[in-house]
Amino acid sequence: MSAGRTAADPVGGGRDITASTVVLAIETSCDETAAAVVMGGNDVLSSIVSSQVEIHARFGGVVPEVASRAHLEALVPVVRAAVDGAGIDTHRIDAVAATAGPGLVGALLVGVSAAKSLALAWDKPFVAVNHLEAHLYAGLLDDPTLEFPLVVLLVSGGHTMIVEMRGHGEYEVLGRTLDDAAGEAYDKVARFLELGYPGGPLVDRLAAEGDPDSVAFPRAMLREGLDVSFSGLKTAVINHVRANPDVSDADVAASFQAAVVDVLCAKTIRAAEQTGARGIVLGGGVAANSALRAQMAARGSAAGFRVALPSREMCTDNAAMIAAAAWHRLAVDGPSPLDCGAHPNLRLAPVPRSDRNPGGQR
Amino acid sequence: MILGIETSVERVGVAVGDGRGIVASAQLSSDRRHAESLAPMIAFVLDQAGLAPTDLSAVAVDVGPGLFTGMRVGIATADAMAWALEIPVVGVSSLDALALDAARGDDTIAVALDARRGEIYWALYRPAEGAAEPVRIGEPRVSPPDDVVEHLADRAEDVVCAGNGFLRHAEALAAPWMHVLGAQFAAPSAEAVVRIGTHRVAVDATVPAGGVQPIYLRAPDAEINWRTRRESR
Ligand SMILES: [Zn+2]
Repeated sequence: MSAGRTAADPVGGGRDITASTVVLAIETSCDETAAAVVMGGNDVLSSIVSSQVEIHARFGGVVPEVASRAHLEALVPVVRAAVDGAGIDTHRIDAVAATAGPGLVGALLVGVSAAKSLALAWDKPFVAVNHLEAHLYAGLLDDPTLEFPLVVLLVSGGHTMIVEMRGHGEYEVLGRTLDDAAGEAYDKVARFLELGYPGGPLVDRLAAEGDPDSVAFPRAMLREGLDVSFSGLKTAVINHVRANPDVSDADVAASFQAAVVDVLCAKTIRAAEQTGARGIVLGGGVAANSALRAQMAARGSAAGFRVALPSREMCTDNAAMIAAAAWHRLAVDGPSPLDCGAHPNLRLAPVPRSDRNPGGQR
Repeated sequence: MILGIETSVERVGVAVGDGRGIVASAQLSSDRRHAESLAPMIAFVLDQAGLAPTDLSAVAVDVGPGLFTGMRVGIATADAMAWALEIPVVGVSSLDALALDAARGDDTIAVALDARRGEIYWALYRPAEGAAEPVRIGEPRVSPPDDVVEHLADRAEDVVCAGNGFLRHAEALAAPWMHVLGAQFAAPSAEAVVRIGTHRVAVDATVPAGGVQPIYLRAPDAEINWRTRRESR
């Protein structure tokens, strides 16, 4: 494998997976019902996302049973909209994919069951996709000219990890949160400041009106390793506001955000330096955060890295990234069995290419 | 040919058939591995019947009341298949399917499925009498078992009782005029779902893919708690 291979190159694998292979994918792991049609692993023909954010807002978080019910209701309309939007006949669909995990088990099962059923009805392969692997592909979908190896900062309500992506299906988790996910920290601070739910965009908006240098919140483990921790920061915010009841919420939000962003940028850039990455890619819902995008772009390029900031639609949960990951999965591993279930705690496991292709040269 | 899917109880059932009868069926006491088992079982049943998915003219599915996750696995599967094949769906209540299997003579039929938390899902039916399926009296309900006994005692008649709700709450649900059927009538069958589906297709009582409504009978806990909190303010 040459170091200069771009993300758009097909992986091969001996199967008939080509630039014209069309994948229909369904994503139902959390609170978005999504479906997309993607050709050749990178040509997004349609991507439909139906958000449940408003349904869960009054509960202050995603309620699994409420999410599962909403996924079932949205399922057929969303899949139909994706196929209609792609402007293709269903006969053109070559494979059907779904997120198999990680996520909420009852929610995942709606998408997995539907995708397996479509595959069965059309006599096409079914592909089970790891949601985290799909997030890694979101950046490549937005910019197919990115070259491996890449370092991806994946930050969302459920996940915070720094991943080295050396090639398709070839990645290693270099650092992860030891406690709260970044998005969780935002939600907790937003709840404490009584801003509402979801916390990320609300804190981001309020932070724009505050002074990020007004409170020196701790940057946990800034100089140690690549793991991160946010629970101490959350506690520091609460203690500071209790000790200074007159402090401006905007200043607190801005200073909290500055601490989160500072740690994420420092660790991601260090990971890129240590691995000799050619670029840095953001992914996950928190990657839509304005301060994180601005700082990563500035500090990453200053350190000599190409920084890819995928669109907000690509950062947040969507099915186009599931279809892209499925296309590569199909090319390398082939279809998944129809007795696949949901895997709520699925991890992003490093997959050494040599294990998959023993003795062979790709 | 109509495909029947039964996943609203602990076991999983799949059957295929038409007005002339059931052609093939499979049942698995799967201990709630509904999602894993269902698609391979559909493939197996169709294969045994010598049918391709494109030979199907409708999909009938148990829409509950029952296990929420199981119901959704069945409905998502039925909806997706019907949409892919451009055929209609028939939503069949688990209690209707149970009543069809339990129907005998002119006795009123009571069916009950265990709803956990000390409650049962239940409904009453008048026997078929020329009709294709027993006629439900009133809406399906969820309540403690005692409510059913009170309700039935008011009717002062012999009642055929079926379903695991009666078997699991045998102490609370016992009276001389109650004739409780055995374990083979503990849960609805996929065959009954197909038979009801066949009747309803014949009278055009179908919906397009995505149109069937699950019968939950219970709001999510978070919803109940939220309403309680709001009312107590
Ligand atoms: Zn995600």
